[in-house]
Amino acid sequence: MVQRLRVRYAKRGRLRFASHRDISRAVERAVRRAGIPVAYSAGFTPHPKISYAGAAPTGVASEAEYLEIGVTRRCDPKRVRDDLDASLPTGLDVLDVVEARVGNLADRLEASEWEVRLPGADPAAAREAAERFLAADRVEVERLTKKGPRRFDARGAVQTLTVAEGTGEIAGQEVARPCAILRMVVRHLVPAVRPDDVLTGLRLVAGFAPPSPPEVTRLAQGPLDAVTGGPADPLDPDRDHRGGEPGTAGQRVGGDL
Amino acid sequence: MPVESLFPRLEPLLPHVQKPIQYVGGELNSTVKDWDEASVRWVLMYPDAYEVGLPNQGVQILYEILNELPGTLAERTYAVWPDLEALMREHGVPQFTVDAHRPVRAFDVLGVSFATELGYTNLLTALDLAGIPLDSADRGEDDPFVIAGGHAMFNPEPIADFIDAAVLGDGEQIAIAITEVIREWKQEGRPGGRDELLLRLAESGGVYVPRFYDVEYHPDGRIKRVAPNRPRVPWRVHKHTVMNLDEWPYPKKPLVPLAETVHERYSVEIFRGCTRGCRFCQAGMITRPVRERSIDTIGRMVEIGLKESGFNEVGLLSLSSADHSEIADIAKGLADRYEGTNTSLSLPSTRVDAFNITLANEFSRNGRRSGLTFAPEGGSERMRKVINKMVTEEDLIRTVTTAYSQGWRQVKLYFMCGLPTETDEDVLCIADLAKKVIKAGREATGSRDIRCTVSIGAFVPKPHTPFQWAAQCDHETVDRRLRMLRDALRSDKEYGRAIGYRYHDGKPSIIEGLLSRGDRRVGKVIRAVWEAGGRFDGWSEHFSFDRWAECAAKALADEPVDLDWYTTRERDQHEVLPWDHLDAGLDREWLWRDWQDALSGGEVEDCRWTPCYDCGVCPTMGTEIQIGPSGRKLLPLIVK
Ligand code: SF4
Repeated sequence: MVQRLRVRYAKRGRLRFASHRDISRAVERAVRRAGIPVAYSAGFTPHPKISYAGAAPTGVASEAEYLEIGVTRRCDPKRVRDDLDASLPTGLDVLDVVEARVGNLADRLEASEWEVRLPGADPAAAREAAERFLAADRVEVERLTKKGPRRFDARGAVQTLTVAEGTGEIAGQEVARPCAILRMVVRHLVPAVRPDDVLTGLRLVAGFAPPSPPEVTRLAQGPLDAVTGGPADPLDPDRDHRGGEPGTAGQRVGGDL
Repeated sequence: MPVESLFPRLEPLLPHVQKPIQYVGGELNSTVKDWDEASVRWVLMYPDAYEVGLPNQGVQILYEILNELPGTLAERTYAVWPDLEALMREHGVPQFTVDAHRPVRAFDVLGVSFATELGYTNLLTALDLAGIPLDSADRGEDDPFVIAGGHAMFNPEPIADFIDAAVLGDGEQIAIAITEVIREWKQEGRPGGRDELLLRLAESGGVYVPRFYDVEYHPDGRIKRVAPNRPRVPWRVHKHTVMNLDEWPYPKKPLVPLAETVHERYSVEIFRGCTRGCRFCQAGMITRPVRERSIDTIGRMVEIGLKESGFNEVGLLSLSSADHSEIADIAKGLADRYEGTNTSLSLPSTRVDAFNITLANEFSRNGRRSGLTFAPEGGSERMRKVINKMVTEEDLIRTVTTAYSQGWRQVKLYFMCGLPTETDEDVLCIADLAKKVIKAGREATGSRDIRCTVSIGAFVPKPHTPFQWAAQCDHETVDRRLRMLRDALRSDKEYGRAIGYRYHDGKPSIIEGLLSRGDRRVGKVIRAVWEAGGRFDGWSEHFSFDRWAECAAKALADEPVDLDWYTTRERDQHEVLPWDHLDAGLDREWLWRDWQDALSGGEVEDCRWTPCYDCGVCPTMGTEIQIGPSGRKLLPLIVK
């Protein structure tokens, strides 16, 4: 392995229903189709050297997923970006590729910014629930994990939580219904607090229950930026900075959408 | 009028179901064509879960061929799992295609591929969810034509009420022909409605339309005769045979799913047909004669298929892949070409001979060395003579020992239970054989680190085989013999631990037997089972023998026949069989003689290497054996 490439990709639209395993199979095939000289582990059943950091759960869309590919020949990151993107199914879209220079990528993913669209939910009620949630010190929620039900605090990890109003037409219906849009920055703690845990919290503190399934999108993940209060671009430390000022992840997302 | 996507209505249901990715489509190489630009629109269905249906070669081939045809589009649909079915019913979402999520009922043709009979109840679910009447007779102008294909359609009688037509044999050319007949009929303004279109298809002699045939019965329940009820409809319907596989190099652009499926590889059929003459094997009988794809076409297809898909495994498919006349060159050529690329090659072959091991060694050069599989099928030499699987015990032990000495640690042996004339002794011979295999293997390798797995399932007599007249063994006897064999293997102190045992119990096979050799009256049973909740009968967690048995008893209460009559009853030479009017090319006299030979232990050779023994196929179908060697080589890569 002569080089490691760090890739930011999006999981959009209907492909948000792909599980992590589905995505890793798709990426392995795309890497082969694109002719990227991926390195393989030694041994009887060699595996391509592709590692994933902090994958979003099945059903959740994301604008900021990360993986790292080890290659046996030096590659131009821009080319890899184009070739890999062309080889992946639409909806798995490569946004950025840099050469790994320093450190461990996974360590930089300290927090995520999430958008949660709640079609048909009353924004005022959502706002009130968010205020109560933020006012609490702890909000114990329960989630069913593979090892059975687990209780933990959903409040401590939440850095910011705001509510906006949108018009979301609910699937298939012509009339636009009100739509509450939550935005939150959540730190990656153990156990992980996910947007649906925060929604559970809103139900517990204020009886807030959206009428249809939430549409969740991860907008960014990265190191917590003290100035913005949100995650910064985790690939910045790998970038050649002579080209200009590094942007924050939030700005980049705006450009990509 | 454009047809709207159902996806916005489906999407809110998906977070509540298992593996939602299987319903969203968007596979690499899938095609969505403009609705209005096509004048004939097919929806192709594989009536099982997506994970089983997506890799199906038949569907992928037709999907590609039809989409290449101007003015034609094809999409796909699969059986939805009960969790989504319930939600679709609750929210009024109809059966949809995964390509553009269009409603199945909006298409002209619903083409369903039945590899096995156990998909029949899933067809009913799909029709019902689509809003298409279950009975062909109740369908109107706006309903698609339901046309079935696949091996099970060599006897479509059990689902005769539910389909509009069935097609026998290779689908490539007939699918195109049907498309053109429909196009013409639509352009003419659909004269005569559904009946007229079906009549045009039936009169060609290559499409079976059950409604144009009347079945009369004897008072004792046997069929008296099956006769066409329209003047120009032929007495017999013939199967289709593609005669030059090199002209049909599909799939060119294999579908690559996001969801995990049962086969994650690029598959290419290296030949069709098989004339080894195993008497239990329906596939071998109905796909004659052997037609090989040439080594250079195979080489090109593999190259393009891998490039288009990104798969890292190649499967060389056929009924007995080691029998291709140039398989050694193909194996070596591909192994050389993909050396060092982490591409693995697989070759489903169960031949019991040393050549098979040579090939397996070649194929494992670039990848894993998983186990080797051999299929003696019958435990005793006598049994193997009955089924025409010509391999002696000596050969078998020598072959398996060779495999062990060449580094294979795990060998799987396939057998069947409940074969005609079988006794307890025949089944117990399997235990002896397995022990001898391990003993010889230990001696040859000097190691105790070798294993053998005995895998056994119940035999089901199938139409268009010499065993079509045979009594199916009852499930009590099958299960008793399977237990007996298990005990014989387990109780052995010296070898028992080195022998694995896997078996399928006898009950599902009885239902498979009912559906395989049933007639039109069995349709009532299928419907009753479906109404009682029967779904996914190929899955042990969904299959219920009791439900089938109860529904059969109820639905057939007014008939002189029952479940046993269809399964464990031997037929005599002159009984009219439900599929006699469907022509697989096999001469009925020859089949009967072969059945008698089976009972007396007579063997037949393979007509590829010995003179034709007049099974009837080639003269009837105007076909001939197409085999190499061509003497050509696997071509080097086109680019690189
Ligand atoms: S007709 Fe003769 S050559 Fe053709 S498949 Fe039958 S036995 Fe073989």
